[in-house]
Amino acid sequence: MFESLTDKLSSALRNLRGVGKLSEENMAAALAEVRTALLAADVHFKVAREFVERVQAKCVGQEVLKGVAPGQQIVKIINDELVALLGEGTTDLSAKRPLKILMVGLHGSGKTTSTAKLGKLLKKRGYRPFVVGADIYRPAAIDQLEILAKQEELGFYSDRATKDVPALGAAGLSAALAASADCIIFDTAGRLQIDTDLIEEVKKLRARVQPDEVLLVADGALGQEAVNVAQAFHEALSLTGLILTKLDGDTRGGAALSIKSVTGVPIKFVGVGEKTADFEPFYPERLASRILGMGDVVSLVEKAQENIDEKEAEKMAEKLKKAEFDLEDFLAQMQQVKKMGSMQSIMGMIPGMSGMQLPAGADKQMARTEAIIQSMTKQERRKPDILNGSRRKRIADGAGVKIVEVNSLMKQFQQMQQMMKMMKGGGGKKMMRQMEAMKGKGGGFPPGGFRR
Amino acid sequence: MFGLFKKFKEGFAKTVSAIASKTAAIFGQKPIDASSLETLEEALYTADFGVETTGEILAEIKAAYKKDATLHGQQAAAIGAAVLKRVLAGSEGRLDLSVATGSPVVIAMIGVNGSGKTTTSAKLAWKMKQEGRTVTLAACDTFRAAAVEQLKAWATRLEIEIIASHTGADSAAVAFDAWQAAKSRGRDFLIVDTAGRLHTKGNLMEELAKIRRVLQKNDPAAPQHRWLVVDGSLGSNSIEQAKAFHQSFGLTGLVVTKLDGTSRGGALVGIYRQLKIPIYFLGLGEQPEDLQPFSVDSYAKAVFGLE
Repeated sequence: MFESLTDKLSSALRNLRGVGKLSEENMAAALAEVRTALLAADVHFKVAREFVERVQAKCVGQEVLKGVAPGQQIVKIINDELVALLGEGTTDLSAKRPLKILMVGLHGSGKTTSTAKLGKLLKKRGYRPFVVGADIYRPAAIDQLEILAKQEELGFYSDRATKDVPALGAAGLSAALAASADCIIFDTAGRLQIDTDLIEEVKKLRARVQPDEVLLVADGALGQEAVNVAQAFHEALSLTGLILTKLDGDTRGGAALSIKSVTGVPIKFVGVGEKTADFEPFYPERLASRILGMGDVVSLVEKAQENIDEKEAEKMAEKLKKAEFDLEDFLAQMQQVKKMGSMQSIMGMIPGMSGMQLPAGADKQMARTEAIIQSMTKQERRKPDILNGSRRKRIADGAGVKIVEVNSLMKQFQQMQQMMKMMKGGGGKKMMRQMEAMKGKGGGFPPGGFRR
Repeated sequence: MFGLFKKFKEGFAKTVSAIASKTAAIFGQKPIDASSLETLEEALYTADFGVETTGEILAEIKAAYKKDATLHGQQAAAIGAAVLKRVLAGSEGRLDLSVATGSPVVIAMIGVNGSGKTTTSAKLAWKMKQEGRTVTLAACDTFRAAAVEQLKAWATRLEIEIIASHTGADSAAVAFDAWQAAKSRGRDFLIVDTAGRLHTKGNLMEELAKIRRVLQKNDPAAPQHRWLVVDGSLGSNSIEQAKAFHQSFGLTGLVVTKLDGTSRGGALVGIYRQLKIPIYFLGLGEQPEDLQPFSVDSYAKAVFGLE
């Protein structure tokens, strides 16, 4: 529902055509859309209102740009404003050594996993990290941290017998220093911000170990509650940073804006997967696009840059232009795309495509397609027209698929070739329509995005 | 029935006070006005009801206000509760604990990471035991470090039978073995705790389907219950989660956890609106007895601070 913010804004601002300046009156409908969009992305009610006011203040008096849809113009302003707000402060950790980090948060937000991930990242940066398991409540939480620490070769301390968390912390600190660690991360139990006993306990732990960083670990999909959680933890512990977790899902992440607005504490890291390596510094641009539902183009481009050979890509583009694309190229291209991750994860990063659900097993299908092409001779790949019945049978046997699958691949390939020919012949509009049809019900392209 | 509501209200006490503190002025005996309507809107949004339900409640209250400018806060609250009840009609899931089919009735707990599947599995097993039913736990989260140990610790504490393997084992194989064990020992229920997975990961969703297929080799009807465990403090994304899990696993129920904070768990309304999957239990605390059957009436009343 959110992909179409640009779209909605464009229609809300239709009356702006020919008007010279943005004003409070002519923007009212559009700003109401912005507010609804932010609320739908789980931004807190008050934060959304304040944010809309900020955007309004920025917009009012601006000239309506020629050549740009007014919707786009406002989305740009919103985006810039979001990036500025989200990006305030530094993602760097304190430079102190030994560096002491306290991890706090609600249950199930991802503290233990993030502790191990942060340890791994800091190890890569040249620290000698040590983790202390201070979650004495959740069954096997200490075991979990110990296993992860062993796996990542981090120093580890805990005490399964004690009920005294501050003392456990102090003992952990001594153990870490004795092991000449220069970075000590304390993993604590999940607690509700209104649980006064447990908040009191972590306050005492804080006083005892004197951390240089107190990081709140928050689920990126948190709802309106995010504000209360962050406020209470900040008041009790003076947070120095945030870690947003589970951002590899499709959450809009509006909670991040709420937390950032009410605490002013910088977002330092994001968790983007289950493996300990899936942990990154925070980039405000990416989260802003997410909240606005515009796809994560930056990440996509980066992934592409990492994985795709530029010369190869140019060659491909040239071939596409001339409509000389054969099955050999198709295979090469498929292999390049595969390097970037699963199809669904790539889709998620493309603006307007994030809502589109690939049929289950799309990646498997790709592997079968690959097997079919690999079962062809070079000549067959270059000139698919020569594929007669017996060749098709041989290919199907070789790839371990049915002949119908070979046939349907050839059909698809022919369609692709036709599309390329159309593109070459300036039939771009027709192609867009076909792509729209391919997308099905998954929500339209934001038309504003294609207006010139 | 009154006892149930009392327990519900206790667990929800902070919730009630949180929403009621904002709306006390409106939902008292004073007539409402334009500015109190805005406060009301804010209170509804901050309960994570979502754009649609909030709009509906507001529209009905506004319509009533138009007809009768002397509308009192209490009446407005009653309208809100009525809308909520209407939206949630039929959403109460009730687990039949009396069943004796000769084969264990299987309940699979699924959900994203950190939603509370393991804790809920343990609490539910405890509840069944209290009711005099026999139950086996299957530790099928073989992915997360020490997840097996976590469920084992619960099983020991609550004296419940558990079938587990080691981290890294094939989760479907554990499910298969657990079913066989439960069957041969004549257990009434088998609760399958699975690994947390984000609903956007196709390969992990496929693993769930495998667990289901393997269970069906034992009993075509298993798992009879496929429950999504949702963190009640999450916002609109929980609807996306439910949709995806429903699509690939065919959900039959919901459990909403962590509602002992100040979260109103309003996202459950959004999930029910979209998918019509019944809600079986709410997690209202950390103790085994804090898993409470969901009641529309209690929920609607608690949210609007009505008696």
